[in-house]
Amino acid sequence: MSHDPLYEMVIGLEVHAQMRTRSKIFCGCSTTFGAEANTQICPVCAAFPGVLPVLNTELVQMAIKTGLAVHGKIREKSEFSRKNYFYPDLPAGYQISQFELPIIEQGELTIERDDGSHKRIGITRIHMEVDAGKSLHEGIQGASWIDLNRTGTPLLEIVSEPDLSTPQEAGAYLKKLRAILRYLQVCDGNMEEGSLRCDANVSVRRHGHTKLGTRTELKNLNSIRNVMRAIEYEANRQIDILESGGSIVQETRLWDANINASRPMRNKEEAHDYRYFPEPDLPPLVITQQRIDAVAQHLPELPDAKRQRFVRDLGLSEYDAGVLTATREMAMFFEESVQQGAHPKTAANWISVELLGRLNRENLEIEQSKVSPNHLGRLITLIQNNEISGKIAKQVFDIMFETGANPETIVQEHGLKQVSDTGAIESIIAQVLADNPQQVQQYREGKTKVMGFLVGQVMKATQGKANPTAVNAILQDKLTG
Amino acid sequence: MSIPIETVRHVAALARLHVDEATLPALTEQLSNILNLVNQLNELDTQDVVPMSHAVDMPTPERPDIVVNTQRKEALLANAPDVAQGHFQVPKIIE
Amino acid sequence: MTLVQAASLLRTRQISAQELTTAFLERIQRLNPIINAFITVDHEGAMQAAKQADARLNNGTATPMTGIPIGVKDLFCTENLTTTCGSKMLAQFRPPYESTVTRKLKEAGAVILGKTNMDEFAMGSSNETSFFGPVKNPWDISRIPGGSSGGSAAALAAQLALATIGSDTGGSIRQPAALTGITGLKPTYGRVSRSGMIAFASSLDQAGPMAWSAADAAMVLHTIAGYDPLDSTSIQADVPDYVNALATRMDGIRIGIPTEYRPDNLNAEIQKALTEAEQTFRDLGASLVPISLPHTRYAIPTYYIIAPAEASSNLARYDGIRFGYRCDDPKDLKDMYTRSRNEGFGAEVKRRIMLGTYVLSSGYYDAYYRKAQKVRRLIADDFHQAFQHVDLILTPTTPTTAFPLGDKIDDPIAMYLSDLFTISVNLAGLPAMSIPCGADQLGLPIGMQMIAPILKEDKLLSAAHAFQTATPWHQRKPEP
Ligand SMILES: [Mg+2]
Ligand SMILES: [Zn+2]
Repeated sequence: MSHDPLYEMVIGLEVHAQMRTRSKIFCGCSTTFGAEANTQICPVCAAFPGVLPVLNTELVQMAIKTGLAVHGKIREKSEFSRKNYFYPDLPAGYQISQFELPIIEQGELTIERDDGSHKRIGITRIHMEVDAGKSLHEGIQGASWIDLNRTGTPLLEIVSEPDLSTPQEAGAYLKKLRAILRYLQVCDGNMEEGSLRCDANVSVRRHGHTKLGTRTELKNLNSIRNVMRAIEYEANRQIDILESGGSIVQETRLWDANINASRPMRNKEEAHDYRYFPEPDLPPLVITQQRIDAVAQHLPELPDAKRQRFVRDLGLSEYDAGVLTATREMAMFFEESVQQGAHPKTAANWISVELLGRLNRENLEIEQSKVSPNHLGRLITLIQNNEISGKIAKQVFDIMFETGANPETIVQEHGLKQVSDTGAIESIIAQVLADNPQQVQQYREGKTKVMGFLVGQVMKATQGKANPTAVNAILQDKLTG
Repeated sequence: MSIPIETVRHVAALARLHVDEATLPALTEQLSNILNLVNQLNELDTQDVVPMSHAVDMPTPERPDIVVNTQRKEALLANAPDVAQGHFQVPKIIE
Repeated sequence: MTLVQAASLLRTRQISAQELTTAFLERIQRLNPIINAFITVDHEGAMQAAKQADARLNNGTATPMTGIPIGVKDLFCTENLTTTCGSKMLAQFRPPYESTVTRKLKEAGAVILGKTNMDEFAMGSSNETSFFGPVKNPWDISRIPGGSSGGSAAALAAQLALATIGSDTGGSIRQPAALTGITGLKPTYGRVSRSGMIAFASSLDQAGPMAWSAADAAMVLHTIAGYDPLDSTSIQADVPDYVNALATRMDGIRIGIPTEYRPDNLNAEIQKALTEAEQTFRDLGASLVPISLPHTRYAIPTYYIIAPAEASSNLARYDGIRFGYRCDDPKDLKDMYTRSRNEGFGAEVKRRIMLGTYVLSSGYYDAYYRKAQKVRRLIADDFHQAFQHVDLILTPTTPTTAFPLGDKIDDPIAMYLSDLFTISVNLAGLPAMSIPCGADQLGLPIGMQMIAPILKEDKLLSAAHAFQTATPWHQRKPEP
């Protein structure tokens, strides 16, 4: 599916990221996912009469980290506001959020487009707010049930500028943002479980027009793939309407992944009027420059910086560096392997080809790999020290992947150690030359290509354990000498 | 100044209050009178005044990120008018 | 008998806490059906607490408040003791938690006799909006006691407790204190924790003591004041020893007399009582300084935007889901919301929710709410200016003495104007108190208000104590 080339899309994303604090934003209830209904609630998060919010300091730290990571401005004084609306899973009848004075403004991140070019995407604002509870409907006759365990879980809402122009750009933005949040260890980034949620504002306009079209808001996009598909669908829907002389209704639409289509939300309150006003129960949040500096000092190296360093200092290709910094776990794996003495380029190859290849086939994440970065690094070191050949190394790797055993033990137990003893190799070569007089003759007549065959025979005779460099040198010597 | 009855209906809907048609005119008049009273503020030029949201000027305190697991589900459900299997029960929500 | 006197009798074991509590419970049983000052009387809990108090008095772990029978306004959540906020909405509500104020009182050994009547959700100035019926003024039961802490005031005036706790959003401690002839103190906003105190207008609400004298109030305030990690708006400052700070002279103290608080049409008897009080202060060594608080007349309009706006949001949680009233057989979700709230709230509460919703709604926010917040600053600045020159400010507490029941209940604006002199103080967050300073021709009490800078409750109590040492007004009691 692709859209009419006469039109361009204008896309902005609103991402809600659950912060990985231990306790909720304004009370001491646990934020653990999946507990029995209504066991992680207290009078504060369940909004009983008279109780009051007290801000979790760790959330502020996480917000500052995130703000720094996207080069945003951190407000010295930010303000909490109430967003008022009635819904059964919103116990207070208002959401504590930030409105006029959010903690972070004017950030940005850079995405890489499919053609390899880069694009800067503005981040309008990042603010702190509380998550709502959950309503359960299925299988309940004539009623709905409310579970407030999630109520009060801290969220950062990250609002992009409408700078995205294609579903692919939206996908790249989300991946990048998720990587940053994971690098910072402030959010799991799990869209299926809802720890990262995305709404998309989409409008279309004819190329060359500057006036924005009427936008719609898409909800229920629980994977990056769905975000991209829903945007594509929505843009086409809007173009069809405009082309047939209709006009777009500003509305919220729910994406249905089962039928790959969106529909308007039913029964959404008569025109929203959130009646925002400053939260009287919380004085302003004041953040000093010293506090920001302290957070900045402990900020981990982020994907872009890491990628650049891998290229600049470790000699990796842009492509490899991109693959290896896509997630924090991957980058950590690579760096730990290199720490064992593995050559960076070799380690990069092993990880992106062998390890990721196997992991993808078995549908595993790198965190689930039985091969530890330490072991992989040591395996590569064995090759570098001529203790095993590259070919044998692949056998060793297969065993490591299955068992998680360390490479030295595998080499030992399977008798895979490389033969570098020239005496032993010389006698095997003599045997091979004696067994293959025809090929020796051909070589001497100038058909040097048979060299490969003879090397192969030597390796076969040693079950691959002969040091290939030594084999080559001795063979050369014998054949020409 | 008098506010339109329609506005009062809208505000009641926003506030999730039901206002009887019979009492609507009287309520509208009362609200209009109160708004006339508060409109006195328009006499003041407040262009350069910073709004005051809090009585005392101080920053918000922050609490440590510690789980205080109270596990008081029963006590917290005890006041609910309708409970089913550990949940607060409400009429069907239609999305 | 004052709280201070009772504490002394308890300490010297001339009376036991159980005897004292029993005496008050008996008096409540006799008089409450007339006065209606208590919504809930906790016989069992009170006797239990008295017993524990006696044990502490015997084993030397008592505080000055141990064994003192008190009443608490029914908006402080008390664990497992019904807390109604004067509303049908919460008529059955038993909080699973304790307010900080009542926790501190209990820890000090005070005996909570019960929960006192109040205007519904503290919205009212006459105690006529209570779902549990109006409170009668013990000085004349055909008159209102003031509100919204009318039950706490009337309970004291009728000697049904030695002290009570009230809350004050626009005068709700001071106005009923004046109309019932007792001493009431609204502390600095943030001096006393709001945790577990059911909110009316969060940026204005403040709990405080009501008592027979400044000395009694000082003891209660000392017990309930202080920083609370559960309330982000509570002030992190040490609590001075209010009792020790009480003085009998006022030498060098400058008292400001704001011209705006003496309108020409002020009730002549109140005017006269104030003039006499001024002379008393001069006699005590203070000097009187005329001052101006030019934005005074905008306090009521400002208040009637900010308070309803905050209230409309604070009262959104009463949706009939987790607690509180739910209508019968709701036909759908919306019906549940609107009917539960409609049937659960009284007329004045609904009126204020409507007003608050309106001033916050789209298109009106700047014209009303933001404007009011700006004027609020002007009003607060007036006081800060004035306190450059004076230590305290003296005004009348109310424009009239107690008016008859039913007089203003159908006229919201007339009712709102009865808080004319008290509202500015809440907007500015300042401490203020009302103490008796006279009586009208009918013998109804007249109160005067003293206002101090932020956190200067000690100055306030000291001045009030000096005044009460020199005058008998606080000792006047209605016929039993
Ligand atoms: Mg949001
Ligand atoms: Zn909680």
